[in-house]
Amino acid sequence: MKVDVLHIAKLANLTLSKEEIAKYEEQLSSILSYIDKLQKVDTKNVPETSQVTGLENVTSDDQTFPSLSQDDALSNSQNKHNGLFKVKGILNDQP
Amino acid sequence: MTSHNNLTIKKAREGLLKKDFSAVELLNAYLEQIERKNSELNAFITVCKSEALEQAKHADKLLSEGQDLPLLGIPIALKDIYSTKGIQTTAGSNVLKGYIPPFDATVVARLKEAGAVIIGKTNLDAWAHGSSGENSDFGPTKNPWNTDFVPGGSSSGSAVSVSAQMAIAATGTDTGGSIRLPASFTNTVGLKPTYGRVSRYGIVAMASSLDSIGHFTKNVEDSALFLNVTAGNDPLDGTTPTVEVPDYTKKLDKDIKGIRIGIPKEYFIAGMDPKVRENIEKAIKFYEENGCKIEQISLPHTEYAIATYYIIQPAEVSSNLARYDGIRYGNKRKTFGEEAKRRIMLGTFTLSVGYYDAYYKKALKVRTLLIKDFEEAFKKVDAIIAPVSPTLPWKIGEKANDPLSMYLSDVFTVTANITGHPGLSIPTGFVDGFPVGMQIIGPHFKEELLFNLGHRYEQEHKWFERNPYET
Amino acid sequence: MNRSTNGLKGILMKHRVIIGLEVHVELKTRRKMFCNCSAQYFGQEPNTHTCPVCLGLPGALPVANRKAIQWCTQIGMALNCSIPSFSKFDRKNYFYPDLPKGYQISQYDEPFCLKGEIAVNGAKIGITRVHMEEDTGKLLHETVDGEKVSLIDFNRSGVPLVEIVTEPDFDNAKNVKAYLQKLQQIVRYLGVSDADMEKGQMRLEPNISISLDENSKSLPKYKVEVKNINSFSFVEKAINFEIKRQLEILERGETPVQETRGWDETKQKTVTQRVKEEANDYRYFPEPDIPPIKWNEKELAKLNESLPELPDEKLNRFIKQYRLSDYNAEILTREIDLADYFEEAVKLDKAVTPKQIANHIINKKVNINNVFPAKLIAEILSSSKIEDVSREDLIKIIKEVLAKNPKIRADYALGNESVLQFAIGQVMYVLRKKIDVNHLRNLIVEELK
Repeated sequence: MKVDVLHIAKLANLTLSKEEIAKYEEQLSSILSYIDKLQKVDTKNVPETSQVTGLENVTSDDQTFPSLSQDDALSNSQNKHNGLFKVKGILNDQP
Repeated sequence: MTSHNNLTIKKAREGLLKKDFSAVELLNAYLEQIERKNSELNAFITVCKSEALEQAKHADKLLSEGQDLPLLGIPIALKDIYSTKGIQTTAGSNVLKGYIPPFDATVVARLKEAGAVIIGKTNLDAWAHGSSGENSDFGPTKNPWNTDFVPGGSSSGSAVSVSAQMAIAATGTDTGGSIRLPASFTNTVGLKPTYGRVSRYGIVAMASSLDSIGHFTKNVEDSALFLNVTAGNDPLDGTTPTVEVPDYTKKLDKDIKGIRIGIPKEYFIAGMDPKVRENIEKAIKFYEENGCKIEQISLPHTEYAIATYYIIQPAEVSSNLARYDGIRYGNKRKTFGEEAKRRIMLGTFTLSVGYYDAYYKKALKVRTLLIKDFEEAFKKVDAIIAPVSPTLPWKIGEKANDPLSMYLSDVFTVTANITGHPGLSIPTGFVDGFPVGMQIIGPHFKEELLFNLGHRYEQEHKWFERNPYET
Repeated sequence: MNRSTNGLKGILMKHRVIIGLEVHVELKTRRKMFCNCSAQYFGQEPNTHTCPVCLGLPGALPVANRKAIQWCTQIGMALNCSIPSFSKFDRKNYFYPDLPKGYQISQYDEPFCLKGEIAVNGAKIGITRVHMEEDTGKLLHETVDGEKVSLIDFNRSGVPLVEIVTEPDFDNAKNVKAYLQKLQQIVRYLGVSDADMEKGQMRLEPNISISLDENSKSLPKYKVEVKNINSFSFVEKAINFEIKRQLEILERGETPVQETRGWDETKQKTVTQRVKEEANDYRYFPEPDIPPIKWNEKELAKLNESLPELPDEKLNRFIKQYRLSDYNAEILTREIDLADYFEEAVKLDKAVTPKQIANHIINKKVNINNVFPAKLIAEILSSSKIEDVSREDLIKIIKEVLAKNPKIRADYALGNESVLQFAIGQVMYVLRKKIDVNHLRNLIVEELK
């Protein structure tokens, strides 16, 4: 199977070099052809299992606990301004 | 190296309580060993010297007041994927280089409450992606038994820290074998508990439905002691059942006569190193001689486990790694390493429109069949014994350019993650100078039985008493 | 088709307008959806209501707020949805700076509520689904040090959000507005949201398309979603603008572009919004961190029983029980506080009819926060006119009362004017009618002279 690596990279928010695109194209297709052996398994009427605990209805009460301070919330950010996180203007590319 | 570095948790506790040595002296013995060996082995990313000294001093104060806690004064290393308040947590990746969490993972909080001294944060394959320990942005970890060889991964630094006597015990995570494999490559005991037995809160997520939170110790008894501290429901992790936490040390010595042990024929495959096979068969013989009933069983869907795993795991990885955008913490997405990008790409693809049903949904169905395999098996037997790895440790660099062959080294370990079953990896001796291990797999929440079986074997063989530096 | 250069001609073409709606309502729970941070973020200092969970820090895990799930389900019940016994959360994966985890926890194929309906101006509007999700952070676009930047406040991140999706059953803007008013009224009745549009607690996204085949049931191949609408009157304007715009395009023999547009209030038109990423491929998959939700019948019955009387029921009851006009009943039941106030006043004094109370509240535009029901009754009584009672009859009753209570005359003679109040009360008690109190007072004083 050939994967549209560029499209997938866009969905995954990754920027790949030309070499990476070629490499992943090859590696993904080799991994996928291995994975394709699953198609041999008869899974008719077999339900899906996405969690193995069997737990249900694990919820919590509508109760508040103290939040982080503004300083703590921002402490790991390299770009901040007046208590807010800062990124390059995302409306800049507006036509 | 002082005699302190040979100690188990149990022996160290005895020494501390009898005042043979102080917690600070104990800590210093381990810090010195780190000083001696870490530049060669690269097991630690961060050594928390000053914080650990504070904790050890506090432990000594509590000890002088006659207080006792399960891990009081015990130097413990943490895989650098456990969030530690105020201490850098990197997950082995440049993306998180410099990230300092404002909170402790639940397990870290429990260890601290139990009096443990956090000695440092250990190296790992970046994001726990890997089976060898080579895939760390902080350089590969090396096997103390032969530094040209891999120690196994992804919890490479934790396994090595215990094996090379730089910590008495260490935490790990096991998503596809990341505790059991390095344990078997380093002559340590590695526990992958039942999924949900130990809280995942605050541990950097790899694949949420597969991540199992466990640890490395020198012997089985320590493993049980450790689980006593970490196990149990956590209100912050909705996937931790309220199943009772027994005292896991209680049944270690129980007679194992009559216990039915299954040997899955699918785990003794062609391509397996015959010497490894022989080693495991010898271990099985021990159980036979001690009154266990050995039965050959079949886990018929085993051959599909790796394929299933390499759909579910990268899919969850692709989503779990989406938060790393460099805005609130950490560095930009371009700093992701090759393996992380590969898994993000693979997972993004299998979840994407038009492929979800053929891959992800299909894998969730096969997962059901793999669970059924175990359910059927556990009707006939009480536990399952299998090899951890089909081969001995490989040379550093040997599989670096072949991701698929690297993935296939997880062939015996991934199933327990897909099904959530607990697995205990224990040393079974040496082949060509390298440690070998077996895994004992049990029904959900039957860690007690695994400890019992492991402990009885260990008492007879005491492989854990050997270390890479003995003369 | 007859081509024409006159855009107006298009409006005369046979066509069918098709409108569906997505509405987001923020719940007013105390805490956020998946963490223990306070959900009351409005007007707070930025990034002071966050924690590892809602900031998406490594290793943090969500635990669902039970109250929010119950409220979401009750919204579904109020919209006559069926409530599946099994439901789960899913991850909706996409990248945007205001989305801290790189995915939003939402519901995909098994939402809490499915297939409801609600009547609006006599038309039946199908409810496709009602599901639970979490809000994102808030973006502010500014220029800092000469550089265009976007600033992010995560206080809103993780606030419980309920999405209500209708079938494309509307064919005009008026009904859309009526539906939205009704929905707002319902969530307010339920007490689960203030649904204040200005505070962003209720957000609307109509999608509009036009079919030139009046009779066909199939939908056009495009639809236009309109965002950034923050009042009910704008939604009407935006939809009417879109209908006209799309008709003009169709009339030229072209097909409108499938896109997201925004309502620009100053220009009074919809404008193309920035195209977000590429094709939407959200890569939904079951949220592995949250176990599924399973209802048993008893729990659902309990939730259903705890629903308050809803606007339609209350309206009908008011008309029947209190013999109110449709108009009055509609006004009184618009807000639950007003309806409750009205009923409290009705219970206070049987001498005043519900109709009088209703008229008084509506005509006098009574401020229910300032005027207690008891005071309201007094006001009504004092403002009432003598209608059916003749002067002779009144004097007759006054004489009787004075004869029966000689103390009134005695006290009044001693200069005690307050005894008049007692006399008025006694006359009213015998009369059992509302009369002009000042007039009655004058009559009593005359008799006492």
